Amino acid sequence: MVETIVFYTLSALILGLGVAVITTPNTVHSVLFLVMNFLCVAVIYVVLEAEFLAVIQVLVYAGGIVVLYLFVVMLVNLKRDPEAHQDPRRLSLVGLALAGAVLLELAGIVVYSYSREPSAPVAAAAASPVQGNVEQIGWLLYTDYLIPFEVASVLLLVAMVGAIVLAKREL
Amino acid sequence: MPAGFSAADFLYILPELVLIGGAMLLLSLSVLVPRRDGLLLWTALATVAVTLVLVVRFFGLDVTAARGLLAIDSFAAFFKVIVLLSAALTLLMSAPYLRVEGIRVGEYYFLILCATVGMMFMASGVELITLFIGLETMAVSFYVLVGFLKPNPRSNEAAVKYFLLGGFSLGILLYGMSLIYGVTGTTSLAGIAAALRGQDTSLVLVLAVILVGAGMGFKIAAVPFHMWAPDVYEGAPTPVTAFLSVGSKAASFAMLLRIFVVGLPALAQEWSLLFYVLAVISMTVGNIAALTQSNLKRMLAYSSIAHVGYLLIGVVVRTERGVAAMLLYLGVYLFMQLGAFAIVTAQRRSDIIGDELKDLSGLSKRNPLAAFAMGFFMLSLGGIPPTAGFMGKMWLFGAAIDAGFIWLAVIAVANSALSIYYYIRVVVFMWINQEEPVGSPIVIGPAMKVALGVALLGTVVLGIYPQFLFEQAEVAARTLQGITAATVVGGQ
Amino acid sequence: MEITPAHYALLSAALFIIGVVGVLVRRNIIIIFMSIELILNAVNINLVANARHLENLVGQVFVVFVIAVAAAEAAVGLGILLAFFRNKETVNIDEMNVMRW
Repeated sequence: MVETIVFYTLSALILGLGVAVITTPNTVHSVLFLVMNFLCVAVIYVVLEAEFLAVIQVLVYAGGIVVLYLFVVMLVNLKRDPEAHQDPRRLSLVGLALAGAVLLELAGIVVYSYSREPSAPVAAAAASPVQGNVEQIGWLLYTDYLIPFEVASVLLLVAMVGAIVLAKREL
Repeated sequence: MPAGFSAADFLYILPELVLIGGAMLLLSLSVLVPRRDGLLLWTALATVAVTLVLVVRFFGLDVTAARGLLAIDSFAAFFKVIVLLSAALTLLMSAPYLRVEGIRVGEYYFLILCATVGMMFMASGVELITLFIGLETMAVSFYVLVGFLKPNPRSNEAAVKYFLLGGFSLGILLYGMSLIYGVTGTTSLAGIAAALRGQDTSLVLVLAVILVGAGMGFKIAAVPFHMWAPDVYEGAPTPVTAFLSVGSKAASFAMLLRIFVVGLPALAQEWSLLFYVLAVISMTVGNIAALTQSNLKRMLAYSSIAHVGYLLIGVVVRTERGVAAMLLYLGVYLFMQLGAFAIVTAQRRSDIIGDELKDLSGLSKRNPLAAFAMGFFMLSLGGIPPTAGFMGKMWLFGAAIDAGFIWLAVIAVANSALSIYYYIRVVVFMWINQEEPVGSPIVIGPAMKVALGVALLGTVVLGIYPQFLFEQAEVAARTLQGITAATVVGGQ
Repeated sequence: MEITPAHYALLSAALFIIGVVGVLVRRNIIIIFMSIELILNAVNINLVANARHLENLVGQVFVVFVIAVAAAEAAVGLGILLAFFRNKETVNIDEMNVMRW
């Protein structure tokens, strides 16, 4: 019962804030709605017993990425409304209608299939020598998923070099 | 030694480790000894060469390393060789271009090598997380490389477009992957194939196939997911365009083949139909749009979209011969496409951008060798005998007919005939159109000479004697199919 | 009423749709970036819900990588945006018109 209430409250918040992000005219407000959205997603992770991800969500997403967005919104000091100019050749309504139709179908398929066959756990979890969510994820990252973990470090280095190359004025 | 990671695993990922090490060395060197462009170029080339030598040794192997995340087989080796060769040729043609544009070379070479690392993991990954991290390493490097000409508005715009559509397509791809994980409970391709065997096709999986197909369609620039390609190809620095159109495309095709042929054979009917449609509209739209282009890079972009259509025939047919013909065509495409872009790169001089079609006029007088090479690459792209392009197309369309896809072959042949018009137009501009030459004379430096020579040699030799490459391609195609066969046997 | 995986799937699909609509409708590049972040969060919710349902942690490991990628993309994307803004003084995608055919 508690889970039901929590789920519906959080879902309403996440979706409402998501809609707010994409509809608000003011970019700064939009970023703030995004932070709140991410915090609600973090709570969903706690409900789903993914404590490590909840912490990461708050630290990296809400704390790191969104703050970066705020900085850029401030740096890109817009003198005029960014939505003021619209390409006359843009077929917004047609595209939107098409996208809406396709996406409703998507939601329908997902819900229909999941509700029809509550598929049993297919692959049993491999026996892990450690207990606790953080320990188990750490164990997986350093054993089974060592390769992508190391490649991710290359990816982050690329991102770092790239951001410096692009954002620095004179190089 | 990390738990569960054996000494053999280190041996298997040695090429990637060397490449990453070389990239780090390059980054340090560019700080320690700045303005030594020649040294940096040699370091980058040496790294790629050593990696290439190490990769070639893995031909003929067929093992899965690193706890089932990487397949070290002929298929991976084939794609790694293509990717490394395209990286080497890109490095060679970059040097003079970077000097004209006044770009700092250290970071540029570093990013080229890191993109190559990502591509190599895309070629050998047999697990969704590994594949997607490889894809992202490549994509993020390219976002930066495309926008490397910071004062140039065309480059800025290209980077924004590529980034937006790349990020969007990544979201779609990941949503599809998350659905696959939800149904099968695993991210290993062999595990997915095993979990789906003998089950009814559920709607979620069809949706996942469409989403993953769309996400990969963006990466290979198949119509209708091609909108970014012409603008990005035009705006990016020309050597980056060349690398984007060959290396990134080849690696994405490797990933696409692995996901669909190895992971989702249970849905072969569905995805084969999807790629049939994509192949037909890609070649048709690509060729028709290319007819009217006046910018050389844009024209080559549409031509490469059409080539994606031809290459997808191999995925649709999905017989061993079809996949082998597709790999052969990728090998041929590597040389002719990079060669064409090398000429476009050489056209860039301090006083002229040189990527318009009219900038080629009278090239046969000013630089007969360059004009001859360009003409040869154009004929090869158009598929005129005795070039390599003709051989590649013949094998590819033959495989389609062989597997009973007669209409697909007919459409492809009609499209090739149509495409000859705009390739010949380039030749006409170089020989018949004798306008006053614009800009300073074209100087082809030693590095560019090597790049052009390799591309020309590849196009000529593969046109006369394609058997050697085809045999390698067949072995590679067999290992790809072999994985499927092995899991079928193992699962029963 | 019990909360089943279908509920989470629906939540995830709805958030995905909001993100896609945001990408298609808005013209402010920064807001399009944020819509892409919403899509990635939809993916993450789906993965975590499936990981709980299937009692296997691979989904959570996947999410760690998605978050790493999101961070890398945000850094590079905002760098690209700054370089673009310095030349054009706009963040409206309909004003990207240097190249047209």
